[in-house]
Amino acid sequence: MRVDGYDTGGFYDEMFDEARQPRAEAQLLLDTISALGEGQLERCQQAAERILVQLGITFNVYGDSAGTERPFPFDLVPRIVTAREWDWIERGLKQRIHALNQFINDVYHDQKIIKDGIIPEEVVRSAAFYRPQCVGINPPKGVWCHITGSDLVRHSDGRIYVLEDNLRVPSGVSYMLENRDLMKRTFPQVFEGLRVRTVAEYPSLLLDTLESMAPAGVTTKPVVVLLTPGMYNSAYFEHSYLAQKMGIPLVEGRDLVVEDHAVWMRTTKGLRRVHVIYRRIDDDFLDPETFRKDSLLGVPGLVSAYRAGKVSLANAPGNGVADDKVMYAYVPEMIRYYEGEDPIIDNVPTFLCWRDTDRQHVLQNLETLVVKAANEAGGYGMLVGPHSTAAEREAFAAKITANPRNYIAQPTLGLSRVPTLVGNQLEGRHVDLRPYILYGDEIRVVPGGLTRVALRKGSLVVNSSQGGGSKDTWVLESEAGNAG
Amino acid sequence: MRGEPLPLLSRVADSIYWMARYIERAENVARFIGVNLNLQIDLPLAPSQQWQPLIDTSGDAELFKEHFGGATTQAKVIEWLAYDTTNLSSIASCLRFARENARSVRETISSEMWAQVNSMYLTIQTQRSLPEPERMLDAFREIRMGCHLFEGVTDATMSHNEAWHFMRLGRMLERADKTSRILDVKYFMLLPSIRDVGTPYDDIHWSAVLKSVSGFEMYRKKYGRIAPADVVDFLVMDNEFPRAVRFCIKSASESLQAVTGTPIGAFRYRSEQLMGQLRAELDFTSVDTVLRNGLHEYLDRLQLKMNGIDEGLRDDFAVRTTPAVASQSQSQGSSTGPTA
Repeated sequence: MRVDGYDTGGFYDEMFDEARQPRAEAQLLLDTISALGEGQLERCQQAAERILVQLGITFNVYGDSAGTERPFPFDLVPRIVTAREWDWIERGLKQRIHALNQFINDVYHDQKIIKDGIIPEEVVRSAAFYRPQCVGINPPKGVWCHITGSDLVRHSDGRIYVLEDNLRVPSGVSYMLENRDLMKRTFPQVFEGLRVRTVAEYPSLLLDTLESMAPAGVTTKPVVVLLTPGMYNSAYFEHSYLAQKMGIPLVEGRDLVVEDHAVWMRTTKGLRRVHVIYRRIDDDFLDPETFRKDSLLGVPGLVSAYRAGKVSLANAPGNGVADDKVMYAYVPEMIRYYEGEDPIIDNVPTFLCWRDTDRQHVLQNLETLVVKAANEAGGYGMLVGPHSTAAEREAFAAKITANPRNYIAQPTLGLSRVPTLVGNQLEGRHVDLRPYILYGDEIRVVPGGLTRVALRKGSLVVNSSQGGGSKDTWVLESEAGNAG
Repeated sequence: MRGEPLPLLSRVADSIYWMARYIERAENVARFIGVNLNLQIDLPLAPSQQWQPLIDTSGDAELFKEHFGGATTQAKVIEWLAYDTTNLSSIASCLRFARENARSVRETISSEMWAQVNSMYLTIQTQRSLPEPERMLDAFREIRMGCHLFEGVTDATMSHNEAWHFMRLGRMLERADKTSRILDVKYFMLLPSIRDVGTPYDDIHWSAVLKSVSGFEMYRKKYGRIAPADVVDFLVMDNEFPRAVRFCIKSASESLQAVTGTPIGAFRYRSEQLMGQLRAELDFTSVDTVLRNGLHEYLDRLQLKMNGIDEGLRDDFAVRTTPAVASQSQSQGSSTGPTA
């Protein structure tokens, strides 16, 4: 397969430099791909797709009653991260998560950061995922964000930025693990001569993290379960996958019951105590007694058991206060405030529409900016200026004016590209990167992550719900061996 | 740090039990169709005689009639039994339910088991309609072998733990039910033709009954000549043939005991009591008594008892909300168990 005719299209490309020469770390991989016979990469790609269907590695599409299960599209050409860059990413994420955790704990206790005038109180109070019910709660070891999936993007300036923190219920890690297995199975020759760091220890590290947060007084091995909304949730595959890999029960709300402020599960031998719940249900649906009363997915009384310290929840309810896109703009300040350091990884510059000057700038420059609703995820509620019509911009301007608190704007990012198999040739497609950060007794980042790719030509939206796919992510070991 | 092994979630026990039942059911339907396809070459009969009994065996003749109307044909029956999704016992439906259940307990079963259920489901999904005549026998053989493969993969890749025992319970109860049904229907059909006794015609029919449960070869080894009483003895009372009712109930009762931990000869649950009673009855009844009192009546009662066990299992394990409180040593006859 020819790679010399590849067109970087003027974007930052993860495999080729500005002179369209292969980057050093990509040379071996590109040599392997060049040596492939006609149609071989396509055949490997088709084999990978067949395996996905056979293994039922799928996600459920909401609002699509015909085919409710669909495989998450996978592209065989990996994204490569050098050892040096990874080392920097890892340090940056650890710093950021540590600061965010301190911030969340502060918000629900002393609110020093508000009192010291760093963040306005109304910004905290009006954050959609701020939960007054969580004020004063002390999760074990003061950890609120046990599992985080931060989204990183590389702009056309070649630098990596944090785009979102995803503190609440981040998903996708099962695809990180399955993508690697799929690569090894369908395209083993590409690993030759390269030292790619393994991601396989993630389930063990996750279990360690969960066991480390057992409620005080639990002396035996804590009983850890994964709480899923059920089989029809879009991420159900991941829930059962992680439960299986950790060897823990996968429970639904109806399997649990709260008695004497403790949580029990209904088993064939009666009720058994549960100590730690890795919940994959949003705060709102967790407990109808505390949050949404109409929730059928949750467990009545769960939050009171949690408050009483009889059960631990990962992630801690209320931690989404820092997921608000307005709050995001303050993360660099949080890092300076709590850590006394400058941020290692920068934020994307963010305009806050509730500030009059920012809003005016945004309204005047809609065609160059990306506008986002503060509390939406999955690529919804978003205006990509350069790709928008005048009517769409007008509609967004009205929304911003009506509810400025709910909108932020950022410059349209270049988003770097990675060669991707399209038909029988390689074309550049935009990607982001979601590493997974675990916070138990210490903060750990598995060397890798989910590289999401916008498969539609020219698209910048990588979400699986909107035509996104994924790639394997290769973090290379350093020449001197793995330092850390 | 190591705690006691956790008992299964009730919901998981229920799903895994039904997953096994549905796969066993699919396998049985595929086998019945295969045997009938063979039989019609040896003994061509009118479709009503040839194929209608298969519908009768499944117990939903009414629904079939409603759905297709008109005369029974081979194509209609095979369509109904294999691919029709309005028939909740068709192979396609069974494999769909098996997969749904498997999907809900994917973390409990092995990846290999899931892959096998999923692959069978995808195969029948893509097939969707009657195979070409020359492919027909092979198609149903493949489904049967797929189910056998699932059973083998299960035994070889999953710990024989509580979940495994719930699967075996489901598989064995389903199997016993199907064997008793096929025997009931066929015996009822064959008995009136007393003038054929001892003719090749009779021989072929009884052989077909045995083949319906993959028992022809094993029967031959044990009894040699085909005789109705021996066939009944073999299919109901045999202790070694894996589709004989007695063998199935013995296996089911062993698994139930493994689940509850109750000593032999005792019971703590309603389902255990019913299972023990049925097992004892099968152990200590002779085929002559059964035939003298009427096979149909006997099989009818047998099925009712198995239904009772199924209900007992649901009450005892699947919807339990409070801890079991019975003592280990409670002896038979003193009480019906904690949930009665």
